[in-house]
Amino acid sequence: MMNSPGREAINMERRKALKTGGGIGLMALFGALGLLQPGKAFAEWNKTAFSSKSMDEALTALGVAAPADSDAIKLTVPEIAENGSVVPVTVVSNMPNVEQIAIFVDKNPNVLAANFTFPSGTEGMVTTRVKMGQTANVVALVKADGKFYRVAREVKVTAGGCGG
Amino acid sequence: MSIPTKMRASVTNGVTEVRALMQHEMETGRRKDESGNLVPAWYITDLKVQHNGRTVLEGQFGTSVSKNPFLVFRFKGGKAGDKLSLAWADNRGEKRSDEVIIG
Repeated sequence: MMNSPGREAINMERRKALKTGGGIGLMALFGALGLLQPGKAFAEWNKTAFSSKSMDEALTALGVAAPADSDAIKLTVPEIAENGSVVPVTVVSNMPNVEQIAIFVDKNPNVLAANFTFPSGTEGMVTTRVKMGQTANVVALVKADGKFYRVAREVKVTAGGCGG
Repeated sequence: MSIPTKMRASVTNGVTEVRALMQHEMETGRRKDESGNLVPAWYITDLKVQHNGRTVLEGQFGTSVSKNPFLVFRFKGGKAGDKLSLAWADNRGEKRSDEVIIG
């Protein structure tokens, strides 16, 4: 099932590699493109935040102090997750000028799951799926108009998704 | 070798909804394989979605995002026929970028 796209990708890589004269050339080219096209480059990954083992630690690493609880954030998660490895999470904020949405699982070994930034013109909503090792709170953090808000909702996990 | 992101984008009343399914193992580094050895952490760390070259969403992931990360979001200003790209990078330095035409 995965054979044909895989093969296609390999062929594409081979063509590019032939053009640039080998694998090392290819890597160097990607590196150079990253430097020459700032629009395509990624912001620096927040290692401290993603390694955080508690909500307090993660919030500090994200530069957030005491976010207010807010009813204007709608956090949709299942009440019970039979499979902790795939828990759907939807965050919708009805506040204007949403700049950031972060999603946490407060009892996972690393609590921060995802952190999204929204340029103007992008709506303040996002859906993704997270892993949960045990029953825990899913927490959504929203930054709107420069201020931080949060909402938490418990998900009961009957089979964890972080073990093996 | 990475696998292309499955992506769909459609416009309703001037708002483009993007649905993407990245193809990635998203290993936490805590899982053990059949012989009891830890499987090294391997996960997408960064992603960026651009519409006609303008960034419409940026994201960073940790190990708590599920295997084959799923994403839905909406932005204003897209038209049918416009080009949308989703690029990601993982903790091993692997990168890929895929494009879809807004329908």
